[in-house]
Amino acid sequence: MDVLLDNLDLYGPFFWTTIKLFLISAVASLIFGTFLAGLRVSPVPVFRAVGTAYVTLLRNTPLTLVFVFLVFAYPLLEILELSYFVAAVVALTLYTSAFICEVVRSGINTVPVGQAEAARALGLGFGQILGQIVLPQAIRSVVPPLMSMLIALLKNTTIAAGFSVAEAGAIRQYLSERGDNQLIGLLWVALGFIILVAVLSLIQRSLEKRWSVAR
Amino acid sequence: MSNVLFDVPGPKARARHRAMAVLGILVVAAILAYIVYRFIDSGQFTARKWEWLQYTQVQTDLANALLATLEAFALGAVLALIFGAIFAAGRLSDHAWLRGISTFIVEFFRAIPLLILMFLFYYGGPAVGISLPPLTAVVLGLTLYNGSVLAEVFRAGIQALPKGQSEAAYALGMRKTQVMTLVLIPQAIRSMLPTIISQLVVLLKDTALGFLVTYPELLYYARYIGSQGDFGRPIVPSTIVIAAIYIALCLLLTALANFIEKRQRRNKKHLEIQRPPMTEDVVGVA
Repeated sequence: MDVLLDNLDLYGPFFWTTIKLFLISAVASLIFGTFLAGLRVSPVPVFRAVGTAYVTLLRNTPLTLVFVFLVFAYPLLEILELSYFVAAVVALTLYTSAFICEVVRSGINTVPVGQAEAARALGLGFGQILGQIVLPQAIRSVVPPLMSMLIALLKNTTIAAGFSVAEAGAIRQYLSERGDNQLIGLLWVALGFIILVAVLSLIQRSLEKRWSVAR
Repeated sequence: MSNVLFDVPGPKARARHRAMAVLGILVVAAILAYIVYRFIDSGQFTARKWEWLQYTQVQTDLANALLATLEAFALGAVLALIFGAIFAAGRLSDHAWLRGISTFIVEFFRAIPLLILMFLFYYGGPAVGISLPPLTAVVLGLTLYNGSVLAEVFRAGIQALPKGQSEAAYALGMRKTQVMTLVLIPQAIRSMLPTIISQLVVLLKDTALGFLVTYPELLYYARYIGSQGDFGRPIVPSTIVIAAIYIALCLLLTALANFIEKRQRRNKKHLEIQRPPMTEDVVGVA
């Protein structure tokens, strides 16, 4: 308990950074992932190829490697300077989007054929069918796996600790400088994550109940 | 691929699609060209930044780093499979206390970020007088996290089997252990094999976390060689090379999963069960 109480000035702000990192990357990955899914089901073969190439590359690259590239290699290209926090958001978003894309795409496949056929019969175009008929139903049917992705994203934010972002995973480093017990300190960090994951699971369950499509 | 979303394109739509394809190619080409331009402009493609690949010493070290990655992967995979099997059995047990303990352990290790687990073993150990080498910390973390996920995969596979399978086995007078080992497990493993292998892909990618607890694996080596002034600090080339190696390894494993899945579909002996969507495993950590 002492380790936690003596270092509340670390735990509070650092966990808050974790939450910010999570929320921003979550929103960005949901948007970008859905866009990628749109590419992968589009009628234009080139778009499909681009989407597939992106997903294949990112899904088979370790997230730590994405971080290494963005933090150590990318600055040498002198394109646009990113702070460590922004670099972490970009790394998490680029990686998570590839997985979100696949979940949304599998959701699109669960929407009954008749829905899209009826929309087509009414003369709606691809964009209208996807945006107004299929996606709203698809997203609802994939709430559980989407939330699992977000839980994984939350846990992945700890990797930013290795890349100069002051979030929960980095608490250990500061504790070791202060000479506190790192084992106890890390157990508190673990407990913090267990609580955050539990909160997300609760949201998952309530969304599942509220949003389940009556078919 | 759902092509229900759009009709077979008519002449007008085809023209539109062609226009969009051209536009899309232009946009992608522009982005790629800009990136390549930045690579060239900042001197990433100069011979000096790539010549490190020609040194025999570097090649040997690279091979050793690859071996270190594969070692962590192999140990982690075997132990995680064993851990998963034990705790899946525990969660399916008839004894409430055994189920309780197993459920607690599996849920506990699934909720903690893998990196924090590795930190616990590597940096937390010395606080109680246990100093573990990085490899042990990495393998322990991989085992506990992925083992917990695999336990859920095994359990889901066994529970997805039709009830008649175990009922028929009990009716023949088999004991609980016999029903499990002779009837349920062989069928469950066969149907869950693709999911199990994709979890192993996650485990392979997770070995890269070893970089953060100073385990000298591939990514650690990429960072090391990338900081060498003698080679002009080739961090961009080295990350590209290492990324290619990781992607190749993962695609090989994925190809194996697809091959098994295809063979199963042909195999009439295989019992078709609905595999529950266990997507969290497929995302894993790193």
